[in-house]
Amino acid sequence: MKKAIIGKKLGMTQVFTPDGQVVPVTVIEAGPCFVVQKKSKAVDGYEAVQLGFGELARGQVNKPQSGHFQKAGLSPKKYLREFRLDDVAAYEVGQEIKVDIFAEGEWVDVTAKSKGKGFAGAIKRHGQGRGPETHGSKYHRGPGSLGSIDPARVFKGQTLPGRMGGKTVTVQKLQVVKVDADRNLLLVRGAVPGPRGGLVTVKDSVKAAQ
Amino acid sequence: MDIIRQIEAEQMKKDLPLLSPGDTVRVHYKVVEGSRERTQVFEGIVIKKQGGGLRETFTVRRVSYGVGVERTFPLHSPKIEKLEVVRRGDVRRAKLYYLRKLTGKAARIKEKRN
Repeated sequence: MKKAIIGKKLGMTQVFTPDGQVVPVTVIEAGPCFVVQKKSKAVDGYEAVQLGFGELARGQVNKPQSGHFQKAGLSPKKYLREFRLDDVAAYEVGQEIKVDIFAEGEWVDVTAKSKGKGFAGAIKRHGQGRGPETHGSKYHRGPGSLGSIDPARVFKGQTLPGRMGGKTVTVQKLQVVKVDADRNLLLVRGAVPGPRGGLVTVKDSVKAAQ
Repeated sequence: MDIIRQIEAEQMKKDLPLLSPGDTVRVHYKVVEGSRERTQVFEGIVIKKQGGGLRETFTVRRVSYGVGVERTFPLHSPKIEKLEVVRRGDVRRAKLYYLRKLTGKAARIKEKRN
């Protein structure tokens, strides 16, 4: 991972390219983020950069947390995320990271918590087909056969109804359509997991090099 | 104003003529042929307007060589070089799908008087 930033999903819209193509984009308010802490091999056993994003009111932070931010000489941040970047040494505690680390046309991976769907059936959750609605059918949206009778049990991984969504999802290789450094905006082609206003992390794509 | 609306407002054209269904328009549309670009004019009757804001589109119908041709253009597309209203039509509907069934004299639209 070469670079990463934390942001907020603002929603989707469309953008015209100069040659008239309509491109669907997700608008992300990315950064400014600050380096709050550096994890080192000697102390923590691994190298990483801890980034903070979003302001917090004074009363919302407890003493241990405020001490953590005071150490870095920063105001309290709402979200903290760690990134195992390649060159941790190049970053300094207190350093500001803005959207302009990304450029137009670059490929990125976006990670966010997907929208919770609650207790969902096998059709919605696993994309199974449905039974007939009429013609005497009494089998409508059930999960189907759970397997043969011989093993006398149900195998692990059988697709059944259950909780769906609300999990961390990464969408790989999305193209950056536009970077607006003045307004801290990142326009990424296509959809991004999670609701509007949800926290997202944007990293350089692992697949882009190939 | 929220940022999504701002981004859309930045891309919208401000000098567009007011279109309404029934109007006869000339759309100067940029076409890329191989490496060179030229402008094509498509003239016909606006039979529908759809969507709002940046996403608004309009459909133009014309009959060429006896065949009905309908083209839908995004109103704010940068490919539209110029949009002229030739004639204002007087119609009672927002969508003029009934024109598809009519030909010749019956497919005429009254001019709007004001």
